[in-house]
Amino acid sequence: MFDNLSDKLNSAFKKLKGRGTLTEKNIEEGLKQVRMALLEADVNYRVAKKVISDIKERALGQEVMDSLTPGQQVIKIVFDEFTRMMGDSHKGLNLEGRKPAAVMLVGLQGSGKTTTAGKLGLYLRKKGKKPFLVPVDVYRPAAIDQLKKIGKQLDLPVFPSTTDMEPLAICEQAVAMGREKGYDTLILDTAGRLHVDEALMAELQGIRKGVHPSEILLVADAMTGQDAVNIAGSFDETVGLDGIVLTKMDGDARGGAALSIKAVTGKPLKFIGMGEKSTDLEPFHPERMASRILGMGDTLSFIEKAQEAVDIKGAEALEKKLRKNQFTLEDFRDQMASVKKMGSIKDLIGMLPGVNTKQLKDMNIDEREFVRIEAIINSMTPDERRNHGIIKSSRKKRIAKGSGVTVQDVNKLLKSYTQTMKMVKKFNKGGMRSLKNMLPF
Amino acid sequence: MGIFNSLKKGLTKTREILLTDINDLFSPERAIDDDLLEELEEILVMSDLGMDITMEIMEKISKKAKKLKTADELKSILKEELKSLFPQTTSTETETASPVPRVIMVVGVNGTGKTTTLGKLAVKLTGQGQKVLIAAADTFRAAAVEQLQIWANRAQVKMVKHREGADPAAVAFDAVEASMARGIDTLLIDTAGRLHTQKNLMEELKKIKRSVGKRLPGAPHEVLMVLDATTGQNALSQAKLFNDAVGITALALTKLDGTAKGGVVASVAKTMDVPLKYIGVGEGMEDLQDFDATLFVNALFD
Repeated sequence: MFDNLSDKLNSAFKKLKGRGTLTEKNIEEGLKQVRMALLEADVNYRVAKKVISDIKERALGQEVMDSLTPGQQVIKIVFDEFTRMMGDSHKGLNLEGRKPAAVMLVGLQGSGKTTTAGKLGLYLRKKGKKPFLVPVDVYRPAAIDQLKKIGKQLDLPVFPSTTDMEPLAICEQAVAMGREKGYDTLILDTAGRLHVDEALMAELQGIRKGVHPSEILLVADAMTGQDAVNIAGSFDETVGLDGIVLTKMDGDARGGAALSIKAVTGKPLKFIGMGEKSTDLEPFHPERMASRILGMGDTLSFIEKAQEAVDIKGAEALEKKLRKNQFTLEDFRDQMASVKKMGSIKDLIGMLPGVNTKQLKDMNIDEREFVRIEAIINSMTPDERRNHGIIKSSRKKRIAKGSGVTVQDVNKLLKSYTQTMKMVKKFNKGGMRSLKNMLPF
Repeated sequence: MGIFNSLKKGLTKTREILLTDINDLFSPERAIDDDLLEELEEILVMSDLGMDITMEIMEKISKKAKKLKTADELKSILKEELKSLFPQTTSTETETASPVPRVIMVVGVNGTGKTTTLGKLAVKLTGQGQKVLIAAADTFRAAAVEQLQIWANRAQVKMVKHREGADPAAVAFDAVEASMARGIDTLLIDTAGRLHTQKNLMEELKKIKRSVGKRLPGAPHEVLMVLDATTGQNALSQAKLFNDAVGITALALTKLDGTAKGGVVASVAKTMDVPLKYIGVGEGMEDLQDFDATLFVNALFD
């Protein structure tokens, strides 16, 4: 429903052609559509009501710009209002003050605290910090094991909590150990709890008083419905929040909860979780969230991801090789790896504006194909990678065996590689185009 | 008495699933006006019922409301509308005639409470005198197997597991074989949480189902999808894609002991024609209740 809010608004405003002024009467139908869309996106009923009346106030009397249709103009007003509401720009973590600083993660069961703890650890290490993971969940079966395993996977130190310890005692001992061992940032992974559970909420207050965390972050599921206001409101009231992490953003939820949570707590949305892989914690950008809620695609995210993955020097070297027709199978593999670094192909396409997420669902991109191609190239000798012409039938058999595919698969890869090379030659003759034309997708 | 009390407790919780505030609205003195209708709309939306159902109910009610004088007369109409949301529960006879071993596969997105629900179900079935086996087919999430092992210990049942990262379909296959060999009544298969939009992980789920059916034709006999009551309208997308992949036969709604009403489950049950069988109402081993739609709607207003 939200996917085509733009279309709906445009049709609602069809009558208002060319230049005109937005009046109460002609804006009404459009705002009805916006309201429906907000509620479908799980924005809280009361929050939606407030947003609509604010938008109405802003829109009334505005002249429709020449360059925009009235529908576009309303979208722009809605977009600006959302962006303003969800905060102006990304706010990082405040870890100043005495060391070690502590970041405390709180939230409902299953919102993704433990996964986020690992991601945050990795994020902080990249920022030059020395994070220390602290399992404080002594209730859920194997919760401590889970964080210990994540720590092991990421090569991050984990405090040796046990289930017979008191949560506050764990935190206090972890602070002492952190100071002793030179870890500057503790990540406290508390147990999931319902906001109505008084005993467990009191436990969080106790930890807060005991170790004075620099940051208390609510980890909230992006799929949360109307109750987001109650959850976030209660945690903020009883424990006091410094910010929000919105998880499971790699799904197809519109994430209206983000707007609700921000409206009720006023606390900044700091990070979003984009999947179970530990590299997927990203800063929160209000304008991107606004366009996601509005179904406008996430152009900015896409551009930024692309920039991260393709390093400029590498690209220049590659361009040189292409010009000289020296683009080997090795380069082919590296190119694929850098595209893969940007995330799943589907994620990337989903970020482009104008892409209908419904169509995307039906689209079948086999990510395993890339793994297969990589395996085939890895099974070649360096000579073969640099000079594919020497790969004849017995080599093909060996490569196929080594990478667990059939000879046909090897042939297919070589064929698509030679085709790419032909294209490269054509481009070189006709002048170099942008690199992305070379990629197989 | 014990049965009656637990039923009553269950009803209180079911009553809370939707519209706790609804009785406050329908006082005999209150006139039916736009304010009342707006309040009603607010309650429906805030219960996460979704816009389609809300609009549908509101339209019907507004039409009929014109002929009525006071708010309490509106009650029976609303009751009928809500009743029609839940598909008729299938007769329990099919369950008593169930095959042995009966295989239940538990699926859902991350963090909805699959493992906990499965653990509680194991406790419940064991309490009924059934011989239960658990399959740890979540080989992906760190410590998922350990978590399930603790539940298996609580329910005092055996568990089939492989090493972490193993093929979940192989675990499920082995577990079915073990169930057949050991004369198990019910096999509960825990699967890894996965977002419904992850095509390859949904393929993996299909493979688990296929391998179960390969060893025991007709299995799994139940695919139980676990939904989180705090989830909003995205639950519809979740249920649709899980259904497309593995065919859901029943729903469980968890975390109802909070303030979320979980109304979206009505949309899911209605659009997919799948019954809501269980509700999770707490952290305790016994906090998994049977859901009965007829009792529920009657209980709402009485």
